[in-house]
Amino acid sequence: MNSTAKIVSLIALLVTIVPSVLYFLGMLDAGPMKWVALAGTIAWFVATPMWMGRETAT
Amino acid sequence: MTEKKSETGGEFEREPVPESALLGQGKFWGMYAGEHAAGTEFMIGPLFLSAGASLQDLILGLLLGNILAVLTWRFLVAPIAIAKRMTLYYQLERIAGGSLVKLYNLVNGILFCFLAGAMITVSASAVGIPFGIDYAIPEDMFGLGAPSFTGLVAFVGIVIAIVAASGYSTVARFANIAAPWMIGIFAACGIVSLTQMGATDWATISEGKWWSDAIAFVQAQDGEQQFGFWKIVVFAWLCNGAMHFGMADLSIFRFAKSANAGWAPSIGMFLGHYMAWIAAALLLAAQIKLSQDHTANPGALAWGALGWTGILCVVIAGWTTANPTIYRAGLAFQGMMPKSSRTVMTLVAGAVATVAGAFPNLSAQLLGFVGTYGTVLGPMGAVIFVDYWLMKKFGLNDEHAHKTNQSISIAVLVAWLLPVTVGLYLIFWQGIFAAYAVIPCWVACGVIYLVLSKMTQGNVQVKG
Repeated sequence: MNSTAKIVSLIALLVTIVPSVLYFLGMLDAGPMKWVALAGTIAWFVATPMWMGRETAT
Repeated sequence: MTEKKSETGGEFEREPVPESALLGQGKFWGMYAGEHAAGTEFMIGPLFLSAGASLQDLILGLLLGNILAVLTWRFLVAPIAIAKRMTLYYQLERIAGGSLVKLYNLVNGILFCFLAGAMITVSASAVGIPFGIDYAIPEDMFGLGAPSFTGLVAFVGIVIAIVAASGYSTVARFANIAAPWMIGIFAACGIVSLTQMGATDWATISEGKWWSDAIAFVQAQDGEQQFGFWKIVVFAWLCNGAMHFGMADLSIFRFAKSANAGWAPSIGMFLGHYMAWIAAALLLAAQIKLSQDHTANPGALAWGALGWTGILCVVIAGWTTANPTIYRAGLAFQGMMPKSSRTVMTLVAGAVATVAGAFPNLSAQLLGFVGTYGTVLGPMGAVIFVDYWLMKKFGLNDEHAHKTNQSISIAVLVAWLLPVTVGLYLIFWQGIFAAYAVIPCWVACGVIYLVLSKMTQGNVQVKG
């Protein structure tokens, strides 16, 4: 569960940042860039609390 | 920060941290990454552009200043922290006496409230964007913004104060979760801003006309200003003067296994005080290019670059900075009146911060405020430095108040207040840049403390 959530977080972070790089390279317009970044943001705040800052069961 | 508890249930506030409670390096790197990529960065970055800093001076000055800050943490703070393993407050109490620590707490708490107030303003500026609430900086230092903006500040301040009063752990956890995302958003803001200014190839970026055009626009509106290389170096070095020169981060590094944990602030400096400041400055440059508006409204700047994601980032960055700051201010006030409730004191701190946040011009003075903060609190670090490294070499008692049951050390009181009074006079009446006063006040405090200790220690009976 934890490792899946970590992978989702990593992908979400990339989805948040990469659109700005694609916009810089002229491969994406401003409108879609902002909406994709928002989708990545939502995914980050859904996935990351599942693993970050939680005690590991021993 | 801490996971281990002392036998009394606290976090070793009044005892050295034992070997079993020491933490690995990773904890420190993570904490500093989150702590220094915060709401303040949205305010400070644009202020460099507004103050007329050239792009070259900004890039090189921030680089050198941040390196000096990291070296100060590593070689000034970390060695004392791992040798004594006590909080700043407990070390100060043993050196200066409990009553003087209460005074220090009061000053610290008030300064925390002003910092939190600036963050409430930042959060309100972003919350107001979807509702069309105008954020304008009045000319008077204590002038209010539009009534709707003042109402919004009150609402945001009350919410933040109530959350802070209910406890620290949830907010701290949320701040940790948000930190990597916020760093990514700062980077994205910078990249988008460059694109909006047409600086999408190396030749245009390195030419820097997009920056000098923005500076020229600001100076045409507000008059010519200078913010040169050494001013930037000193600001970047000393904006956290209370944390390193002032030794506040003794409380953090006392958990470190070795002094090498003192390198950890480098991640905060180079992500938060380098990349994020430059990215936030680019936001203002892009806004000027697109709309000929040089108002440094953090919410509008982030909205222009990233839309709703930008708004969320400003709200979360302001909130995650204001919340722990109000919490710490509440603790500082409670330290003054130990019988008072922490919840009540946190709400008092929140009320003071909210009132401060209602004056938008205060948040626009952050460059000066953080320098003043270091000037006032930094010198206490010199007392700790002298007490640890020099007292025994000069044949004097270290931790003299503890050894003589003094509640207030006159040597420390005079050594602290005298240079700080001169420093504040120079800042507020002579108009010197606040960060310039930090090191002279620190050195003067250390020297005065040593001289007065030499003159007074023989007059007091040492216990035992």
